[in-house]
Amino acid sequence: MTYAVAQAAAILATALFIFALYWMNDPKTARHAVVAGVTGMLVAVLATWFQPEIVHHAWIVLAIVAGFVVGVPLSLVPLTAVPQRTALSHAFGGLAAGLVGTAEYVLGLTEHPAQLTAFRTGAIVAEVILGFLTFTGSLMAAGKLQEVKWIPQRPVTYPGQNVVNIGVLALAVALGALVVMHPTASWSGQAFYGIVGLAVLFGVLLIIPIGGADMPTVISILNSYAGLSAVAMGFVLNNKLLVTAGALDGSSGLILSIIMCRAMNRSFTNVLFGAFGTVQKVAISGEQKAWKQETVEGAAQLLEQANLVVVIPGYGMAVAQAQHKVRELYDQLTKRGITVKFAIHPVAGRMPGHMNVLLAEANIPYTALVEMEEINPDMPQCDVALVIGANDVVNPAARYAKGSPIYGMPIIDADKAKTVLAIKRSKNPGFAGIDNELYVQDNTWMLFGDAKAVIGDLVKQLAGGTGLH
Amino acid sequence: MTEQPVTVDYWSMLFVFVLATFIGLGVIRRVSRLLYTPLMSLTNAISAIAVVGSIAVTGAEYPRAIRVLGAIALFASMTNIVSGFLITDRMLKMFKKQ
Repeated sequence: MTYAVAQAAAILATALFIFALYWMNDPKTARHAVVAGVTGMLVAVLATWFQPEIVHHAWIVLAIVAGFVVGVPLSLVPLTAVPQRTALSHAFGGLAAGLVGTAEYVLGLTEHPAQLTAFRTGAIVAEVILGFLTFTGSLMAAGKLQEVKWIPQRPVTYPGQNVVNIGVLALAVALGALVVMHPTASWSGQAFYGIVGLAVLFGVLLIIPIGGADMPTVISILNSYAGLSAVAMGFVLNNKLLVTAGALDGSSGLILSIIMCRAMNRSFTNVLFGAFGTVQKVAISGEQKAWKQETVEGAAQLLEQANLVVVIPGYGMAVAQAQHKVRELYDQLTKRGITVKFAIHPVAGRMPGHMNVLLAEANIPYTALVEMEEINPDMPQCDVALVIGANDVVNPAARYAKGSPIYGMPIIDADKAKTVLAIKRSKNPGFAGIDNELYVQDNTWMLFGDAKAVIGDLVKQLAGGTGLH
Repeated sequence: MTEQPVTVDYWSMLFVFVLATFIGLGVIRRVSRLLYTPLMSLTNAISAIAVVGSIAVTGAEYPRAIRVLGAIALFASMTNIVSGFLITDRMLKMFKKQ
């Protein structure tokens, strides 16, 4: 009877999770997704809790309460901090899988050696390696995104890095194979903790060479790993619900990683082992042109005279928290009958969809957000392309500079607009350390300063000038 | 859960895994690009289904040390469930109100 209840609950929860993901295909139905997800989770938790083997309840209640105490504040972070919150939750997911795997192995070793069959031990080893590497890797990623002081932001590389990384992983897998062959030998316990240690180390080593521009891909890959570690837990515990929910998460991470990789024209291995931006320094061909600076007054005038303005936001908009000022600018321009569109590059920001969420927060209608492939054919008709803290995603060098790390990456054709206004925090090159010739084009005008302050000034200028219209 | 002799039908587990992956790929491919950030926090919360395994380890008649590991795992999964669903809803609300 309890078996039937557990199985029925697993089927129901799986169906609800699939519906949840299905409803994410449209912003109009997306909020049903949360209701379905919460219901599925509740069904799963209750069905497990009321199984007869569960006899100790105090710790369960305590852990659940603690989860609420930490989880509620974590859900209230500013939206600019969503990438690091996401990375942190991947870390928690990995930790849970790693700990449950460890518990199952120790339990088998000390009490029920018959349960450590080859398949089950293999699944435990996979769960523990995936879980702990996701744990430390995601913590590192969260630290980099939060700009924690003692974690270097720039990619750190050293000679033989890939050999070291792959060696550490290979050693963990080799120890895993030994433990699978001899799950209860006198040394197996030590070997198992060796696997845990190596997985923890590998997670750190994997993220050290990753820079900010690669974060959208890396977060997606870690998302996938967190799902796969839940699948492995399902194999260990003979629980199909863990397998289905983990597989859904794993495939979501996989699709997002593929989309992010394509948007950068790079492969998985290149992202994980390529150390973006530090590999080669591109020689600048031809003479160095100088950028031209524009005043706020001049920029406001250019915007006022436009018919079509395309805003191209990047990570700089998130850092400056400029999205609300962008909304005011949007209001000022649309009030004058100017069409304003937002061109969203898939890897703009630090995680998939980062820009969309920030602009939605500022109440910019999502119908004004246009994807790169759709906006590019319209760029020649665009009067002003307003680049806000975006850099590599509008760098024309991606089209032809073969030696450049961004060569082949699809870009938003800002350079084809009649006029380009670029807001940039400093005169330094962008994250990848590459010069951006968009800034020195004949029709480009630079506005240097914090994005929020510059756009605020533009809004003031436009608001002051409304009487003229 | 682990007290019964483990007679896992590995093939049917693999079967379920493969089918679920294909369903996942099919469904996720159709998710609106606008919603990739909330998608990720939603799948985060869903993969915190590890809560099920954590409850089994925490609540069963196991040695104390094992149950401590389970309780930490349960805390971590619960944090993901709570913060994952809440922040997803918070983000989706912004898209809905337009």
